[in-house]
Amino acid sequence: MTEYALEVENLRKTFGDHVAVDDVSLTLRPGGSLAIVGESGSGKTTTARMLVGLERPDSGRIRVAGRDRSGAARGRATRLARAREIQMVFQDPYLSLDPRVTVAACVEEPLRLHFAMTSAERRARRDELLARVGLGEREADALPRRLSGGQRQRVAIARALATEPKVLILDEATAALDVSIQAQILDLLAEIRRDTGVAYVFVTHNLALVRHVADDVLVLYRGRVAESGPARDVLAAPEHPYTRLLLHSLPHRGWDPARIAADRRALATATRERPPAPTSEKRSVTS
Amino acid sequence: MTTRLLEIENLTVRLAAGQAARPIIDGVSLHVEHGEAVGLVGESGSGKSVTCRSVLGLFPEGAEAAGGLRVDGADILTMSPTRLRDLRRRDASMIFQDPRASINPLRRIGDFVTEGLRASGVSRKGALDRAEELLESVGIRAPRAALRRYPHEFSGGMLQRVMIAGALAGGPRLLLADEPTTALDVTTQAEVVSILTRLQAERDMGMLFVTHDLELAAAICDRVYVMYAGRIVEAQSAEGLFSRPRHPYTSGLLAATPRLESDRPPHGVPGRPVSLSEAPSGCAFAARCAHARPGCTEHEPGLREIDGAQVACLRAEELIHD
Ligand SMILES: Nc1ncnc2c1ncn2[C@@H]1O[C@H](COP(=O)(O)OP(=O)(O)O)[C@@H](O)[C@H]1O
Ligand SMILES: Nc1ncnc2c1ncn2[C@@H]1O[C@H](COP(=O)(O)OP(=O)(O)O)[C@@H](O)[C@H]1O
Ligand code: SF4
Ligand SMILES: [Mg+2]
Ligand SMILES: [Mg+2]
Repeated sequence: MTEYALEVENLRKTFGDHVAVDDVSLTLRPGGSLAIVGESGSGKTTTARMLVGLERPDSGRIRVAGRDRSGAARGRATRLARAREIQMVFQDPYLSLDPRVTVAACVEEPLRLHFAMTSAERRARRDELLARVGLGEREADALPRRLSGGQRQRVAIARALATEPKVLILDEATAALDVSIQAQILDLLAEIRRDTGVAYVFVTHNLALVRHVADDVLVLYRGRVAESGPARDVLAAPEHPYTRLLLHSLPHRGWDPARIAADRRALATATRERPPAPTSEKRSVTS
Repeated sequence: MTTRLLEIENLTVRLAAGQAARPIIDGVSLHVEHGEAVGLVGESGSGKSVTCRSVLGLFPEGAEAAGGLRVDGADILTMSPTRLRDLRRRDASMIFQDPRASINPLRRIGDFVTEGLRASGVSRKGALDRAEELLESVGIRAPRAALRRYPHEFSGGMLQRVMIAGALAGGPRLLLADEPTTALDVTTQAEVVSILTRLQAERDMGMLFVTHDLELAAAICDRVYVMYAGRIVEAQSAEGLFSRPRHPYTSGLLAATPRLESDRPPHGVPGRPVSLSEAPSGCAFAARCAHARPGCTEHEPGLREIDGAQVACLRAEELIHD
């Protein structure tokens, strides 16, 4: 039996009478990468937040490295242990860092919280983490406001890696960056995964990114899994109309946005009349 | 010869004395014909928004602008404030990136869409009827009821449609679309673009479409300008830009764009985009350019015509990019 880095079964979350996430299941092997794609409002962030424990699922199970974390964490030690195993990088590098804390202190904070280290050990580890993401002494002393968006995201990644997590959740972590910088960060993330064996959940609304960042993909539509499977197969031969819609939506020459708009309306109507029922095979598609 | 709808000639914008030694826009020339969709592409800080706002006579506080800037032959730089207001109301309008940041959250949608019409003397009833038509044309359902609603009751994509309706109210001939879909996801982007391009064609408007996405610009526009650090570095047909990018920055952007059909992972351009005040002398791209030679920081490359493309690179003739 494989031990998954992350194993999720039948996750569900409602806000009032709105079902944000419904019956989502997924697995992620150690060192693997899974992309979660879908338009805005499809439940990607809510799923991500449940995985890291920022949001409590109504029902369903989450196991990280084999350990169940569905129930509330009892005690500080359990809470810390859970936090260590799975970390998250957010979309907006301008909101996710405390403006009053230097880069160095920001990366040291989780080290202080999670590990018993001497201050010399901590500084050494901090410098190692910053070097890992391509930042040096000059940036270490800086406050976030002095950094560009790409540099801030590097800081957020270094901080998230500080606890040596098994799983890193990247919620649109490159969406706010310029394309030339996004490519640098993607490159860095690939290198980190190769070197450390951390697994990624890569949340994005951009299908063009998927094959370059993930082995597997899960397509969310209105909180439910529309389709999932190996990224290569799903992209080459999408079976769910929503996956096809996402693919056609990517701008290209000869693009027909009016057709996409019409398809999207048709799909919304069809879904209202006959909500999709999920399945859970290797390559699963809901009808 | 007919006058061009928009003609920018050698536009330079300098911030108020003491703020920056070098201009934020440096010698930009571009044009848009009647009914034409033209792309303006560049990364953040390259000067796209400042260029757009200049067309409406809006400059940073205390800034100085020099050069030629004409809408339908009328000179923006010497225009009276009254005439400028009319121009913004009737001839040229702008759509912004973040609809929520550019609309007053406390006012009803109807007030927003009708304000320009009312100001130019249309009756309240006439303006409301017109606003209803406009909302309908951008695909807002139950438009009459929507007029009474507030911005927070709309999603980002729906609110951007409202912004488009507002921008079209005065019947402009020129539309300045400043990253109108950057904040939207890809399917919503497709919807908003389809509305924008349909209305642009139906009303024979010229459009300057600003984006950081080369693929999007090429999907919508016939001609594309690429901007870097306050200057135009390349201008050519959308087709040519992809098949034969001439400037190292353009080819860098293309290589950095993740592509569905490509096995090659996106490849970053080293360093980060800079404004002209942070850029080296000579070619502003030199610090990031894999082809830079010592001469590149000595001479500022001007735009030159090569095989139907305009390129500002000292080595444009020798370099072939794929
Ligand atoms: N804290 C919350 N309270 C109420 N509704 C929420 C909350 N968070 C998310 N939602 C709703 O849940 C749905 C999914 O949102 P989200 O997970 O943020 O989607 P995505 O990240 O795919 O854009 C949306 O309809 C959103 O409005
Ligand atoms: N009101 C302003 N005051 C001072 N500097 C400005 C102002 N607006 C823009 N700038 C500067 O001009 C440059 C170009 O900005 P902008 O046109 O907004 O870039 P883009 O839209 O391409 O991201 C940037 O370096 C920016 O900091
Ligand atoms: S002028 Fe020199 S530095 Fe600038 S783009 Fe051309 S080769 Fe590169
Ligand atoms: Mg989200
Ligand atoms: Mg801008």
